[in-house]
Amino acid sequence: MSAQTVDAEPMAAVGQAKMTARDVDVYYGEKRALHSVDCDVIENEVLSLIGPSGCGKSTFLRCLNRMNDTIDICRVEGNITLDSQDIYDKELDVVQLRARVGMVFQKPNPFPKSIYDNIAYGPRIHGVSSHKDDLDGIVQRSLEGAGLWQEVKDRLAEPGTGLSGGQQQRLCIARAIAVSPEVILMDEPCSALDPIATAHIEELIDELRQNFTIVIVTHNMQQAARVSQKTAFFHLGELVEHNLTGELFTNPKDERTQGYITGRYG
Amino acid sequence: MSDIAEPTPMGIAQATAGHRDIHQTPEAIARRQRRYRSEARFKYYGIAGIAAAISMLIVLLVSIASESFSAFTQTFVTIDVNIDQATVDPNESGDPAVIGRASFQTLANNTLYALFPDVSDRRDRRALRALLSPGVEFELRRRVMDDPSLVGQTISITVEMSDDFDQLHKGLIDRTLPEAQRRINDLQLSWYDQLVSEGLIETQFNWRFFSGANSRYPELAGIWAALVGSLLTMAVTLGLAFPIGVAAAVYLEEFAPKNWFTDMIEVNINNLAAVPSIVFGLLGLAVFIQFFGMPNSSPLVGGMVIALMTLPTIIIASRAALKAVPPSIREAALGVGASKIQVVSHHVLPLAMPGILTGTIIGMAQALGETAPLLMVGMVIFITSIPSGFTDPSTVLPVQIFSWAGNPERGFVALTSAAIMVLLTFLIVMNALAIYLRKKFERRW
Ligand SMILES: Nc1ncnc2c1ncn2[C@@H]1O[C@H](COP(=O)(O)OP(=O)(O)O)[C@@H](O)[C@H]1O
Ligand SMILES: [Mg+2]
Repeated sequence: MSAQTVDAEPMAAVGQAKMTARDVDVYYGEKRALHSVDCDVIENEVLSLIGPSGCGKSTFLRCLNRMNDTIDICRVEGNITLDSQDIYDKELDVVQLRARVGMVFQKPNPFPKSIYDNIAYGPRIHGVSSHKDDLDGIVQRSLEGAGLWQEVKDRLAEPGTGLSGGQQQRLCIARAIAVSPEVILMDEPCSALDPIATAHIEELIDELRQNFTIVIVTHNMQQAARVSQKTAFFHLGELVEHNLTGELFTNPKDERTQGYITGRYG
Repeated sequence: MSDIAEPTPMGIAQATAGHRDIHQTPEAIARRQRRYRSEARFKYYGIAGIAAAISMLIVLLVSIASESFSAFTQTFVTIDVNIDQATVDPNESGDPAVIGRASFQTLANNTLYALFPDVSDRRDRRALRALLSPGVEFELRRRVMDDPSLVGQTISITVEMSDDFDQLHKGLIDRTLPEAQRRINDLQLSWYDQLVSEGLIETQFNWRFFSGANSRYPELAGIWAALVGSLLTMAVTLGLAFPIGVAAAVYLEEFAPKNWFTDMIEVNINNLAAVPSIVFGLLGLAVFIQFFGMPNSSPLVGGMVIALMTLPTIIIASRAALKAVPPSIREAALGVGASKIQVVSHHVLPLAMPGILTGTIIGMAQALGETAPLLMVGMVIFITSIPSGFTDPSTVLPVQIFSWAGNPERGFVALTSAAIMVLLTFLIVMNALAIYLRKKFERRW
């Protein structure tokens, strides 16, 4: 795959594309936030979205589980698929989509409920499990999956908001994986955390890749380099370059990418 | 501009020296002191304002409390009444209907005539009868109806003295005034003094004030009927305004599209909160009573009118509480696949509930003190029975205060103040509850 270009197309051949975006335009009212973005998300890979602030990373991420639907003035055009199915199809059930494409937010946002209920909430509303034992199992597996089980197993009834910032974020990751999504979207999940908690989450992301496809927004380029296989660089609403992470950082094709990774702006 | 962008070492030194100079000149020091003085002045204005407000509040409370004081006690006299067979049940029928119709007032009068046998003049006898409250008749009838075997016996009862003698006993009538300017003449004073010297007069706690209904006679009047009326009215108000208000707030805040129509609704809700309450009373009279034919003077109609008034308060408070739930919680729930309804019912509404309840309690406290619209729907009615349902004619606490305040008898002045004390107590308790709720469930995100 040495013939990578700024175009995303050729990479689709590398692995199975879990999600694809074609010609995606997003408008906030009159303002255009994304300009015909094409991007594939490969199954069981981590894709990093990087770029200066306000370039549209979060906007793109939120297109992938239709979180933008909640913003009245936001309009999405183009085609986005999950397993070749158009997620903006009128027939599609958004609730089901969000169960398949989970999300972790910038600021840890546990529910003001117990640790247990934080995790159990998703499975409960989807009716995945009504049985107490099943639910206990899901809670344990999810917390283990998020590397939090050992720390909280004796205080599942305590409020999730009482945990430290890093623990809260892992709780949010556990909450996301409890509904067994296929894709997990993370919007700057470490920006509110200290370096040790960040390292924790980064390790976790690498493990989660075995079972999930992950898209992560970060403005920390070292982080992108550490956790992701592919990186996409956004600039002023355009997807400028999308490549293997190593390639993009060592050998950027576009001078805007080069400028960004060498620290000329950002 | 360029100086700032590229400061030379010289420039910095000059600027620093310049700053030092500027702030040390006598003018600069004087300027600073003026600033401190105006700051201090401002603080004193604030303190003076608060002091003025507090002192007015204290004057108000102290004057009401001191007026109300005498209403919480009542002067009683103990007399031995002969339940004369001939008067009560001449045919010895034992029939409750006959006993019920008997003139117990005559028995009480005869007792007084016997106590003061030398009073024979008709005018003086009338003055003598004025010693006792008309309540003596009801008390005697109740006693005898409860226990018909009392007929023919002599029983000792302790009954209210009439308002004038109650006032006299409480020291609220000046005996040194000339007789013509007193409500009690010299003869009556002598009878009273005799009763006192015989130890027949005593002061008791005025239970009737809390347990009784309204009466034409202040010594027999109580607030219980008005309190029950208030509770029934509040129940109707709460039952209507809370669910409707919360539902409206949830819809407007969480589901309604943003367009000119919802904007207009919003503006009108805010306007509604400022509509004078009497207007709601007129509306209630025209719509509920005249058009729908609902019962006049009833807690049902009163509660509905007040609910209309309280709705904007509850809607506005509920919307504020809903707005205060951080978007991150909604996103979290949406992110795991909750539907809009689930986000609202599982997360947003429970988190907003303390705020909604606080707003509701404050709205209910306002409603409890509301008077004008209830006058319009006839709740100013004079009623001496305790309402037992939502359609019974009744009055409410503030309206009771209003009608007592218009009565000339001295006793009603004290009753008015005492009823105000009760109303204020309820308001303080409700507001304290609202503050407690707010503090207890206050959340920092
Ligand atoms: N809710 C919104 N309403 C209006 N404009 C928005 C909204 N969210 C984002 N934008 C605009 O869209 C652009 C992209 O924002 P965003 O995707 O948040 O950038 P990034 O995550 O890369 O910092 C920015 O110019 C921002 O101002
Ligand atoms: Mg962002």
